[in-house]
Amino acid sequence: MTVAETIREITKKHLLSGGVALGQCLTAVGWVGGTVPELTEQDGLMELSMDDTAGGGIAVGLALAGKRPIYIVRYQGFQWFNAAMIVNYAAKSKDMWGIHCPVFVRSVAMEGSIGPVASSSHHGMFTRMPGIEVVAPMTPAEYVSTWEYFMSHDVPIYVSEHRKSFPIDYELPHIIKPKADITLFPISVGRLNALEAVKELEKEGITCNLVHIIKLKPFVPSNFMLKALTDSTHGGVVIDTDFENGVSKCIAHDLMLASDRKVHTLGLKERAAGFAPHLDNLPPSLEEIIEKVKELIKK
Amino acid sequence: MISGSLTTEEILEIFRKICLIRYFELNLKRVYDAGLMPRIPIYLSVGQETIAASLSMIYKGASLFGQHRGHGIYLAFGGNPAQLIDELLGLPTGCAGGMGGSASIQCPEIKMFGHDGLMGTQVPIGVGYAIGTGQTTITFMGDASAEEGYVLGAIGYAATKKAPILFVVCDNGLSILTKKDVRRNWNMADHAGFGMITMDMTDDPWEIIRIGKLFKDQLPALINIRTNRELWHAGTGRDGEPNEFNRFNVTKNDIAIAGLKIEADIIEKEIEASIEALWNQRLQLAGRL
Repeated sequence: MTVAETIREITKKHLLSGGVALGQCLTAVGWVGGTVPELTEQDGLMELSMDDTAGGGIAVGLALAGKRPIYIVRYQGFQWFNAAMIVNYAAKSKDMWGIHCPVFVRSVAMEGSIGPVASSSHHGMFTRMPGIEVVAPMTPAEYVSTWEYFMSHDVPIYVSEHRKSFPIDYELPHIIKPKADITLFPISVGRLNALEAVKELEKEGITCNLVHIIKLKPFVPSNFMLKALTDSTHGGVVIDTDFENGVSKCIAHDLMLASDRKVHTLGLKERAAGFAPHLDNLPPSLEEIIEKVKELIKK
Repeated sequence: MISGSLTTEEILEIFRKICLIRYFELNLKRVYDAGLMPRIPIYLSVGQETIAASLSMIYKGASLFGQHRGHGIYLAFGGNPAQLIDELLGLPTGCAGGMGGSASIQCPEIKMFGHDGLMGTQVPIGVGYAIGTGQTTITFMGDASAEEGYVLGAIGYAATKKAPILFVVCDNGLSILTKKDVRRNWNMADHAGFGMITMDMTDDPWEIIRIGKLFKDQLPALINIRTNRELWHAGTGRDGEPNEFNRFNVTKNDIAIAGLKIEADIIEKEIEASIEALWNQRLQLAGRL
């Protein structure tokens, strides 16, 4: 089963169990990349108006009503309008009033000639707020695990999705090598290019560990991560699909504090994305990852 | 003028609630001005007590989403006054454990939800709650927060989905001190109803009762209630008498005309004394008096 099919099945079961899913243009062509079941408003599939600023609040109200809403935002960049009540109400409700407000925010990233707002991941804006957890699953099992966590806990969760994950029907294991030169810590779709980079670098005699980062917040450096890092001669690099002045630097900071290794970051370039292909701002490419690794190990 | 459909007990119950809100807040002003409580921002509704008091008579059991000026809602709908005092004193026994202060109070017992501090967020959240539960919900807002884009968007969505919610705009014509006609050339009842039943009215409690009853079975609906708050937007300051009318005195006069002056005077004196005593008791328990 692909990630898209997994999400669709999870959503269908949730709706048929009395839950709700809401968002804009859900029933439009494609049903959000095939991730939304072809159900109706009577089934709990709520089409919102195009008011991005109110949708998050309506989702919060549904959470207070006990509906455990799946709030679907088709482009992560739209979160700049949608985030306000998720992070200021749902995320703070337990601390403020002891009232749980579990919202499952599905936030979909993509890139490639879609301009300065809709491009790429924007999970960094959520990771800075207390009371919300942030996850970036890329495989079917990771998505199921994320959903099961949500249903067994009472916290709002921001799920940083990527459209390139939708056709994935396999898992992405970590790669640990003896005497690695460096450890890569990729996030979201950066994991796919990082996997390719590991293979290419291997051909040039550069050995890389690859430790996938799925839970962005709370980020707890595991013993497994730290062993991979400390066993690497040249430390590590966090590869993000958001700007570097976000969660990637936070994760790098936490990894460095917990180890004796330097951890660098590689993410979107510090400029707006244009529509023309040569002006786009894409996640680190295979070539950029290879270049960064070579720069860090000075080879 | 008091409607003949109200019983004596109902008239006096409304007045009792008005007095409860008024004397609770006048004591809060006394305590705040005397420096007997933490210097947190406080938001008083003295002068506009009739809105929550009247609606609480009609919408018993409704779920409530207020904004930062929520003491009147809390008290009118049955929140525990002692827990509200404790909240204002920052105590763990407060209705929000000290987290809410004046602006973010809650009361699960009366289904009153807290407010996060962003103007008007209670409106979309209340709409989502009304849709999710199917239960009658009231969301209160000021005439300033009514201008937030997400407030208007949420009202439109509630109208589209026929959510069981009453939108109440407490309209004192001011955003802090910026007058409404400087900010907009439209009004909520005429231009933000989105096809719902709406009414633009004053805070005459007897008229609020009449419209509240009329709208109760036709939700979603919106009432814009023009009111005169006596004290500042935040804090206890006062710029003089209310601009247009003093609703408390007008209401007392209505009750006197209805032949209930003696009963009303007794209620007012009793509540004035009991609330002052309650404040003093809580202050003593908190070691502040």
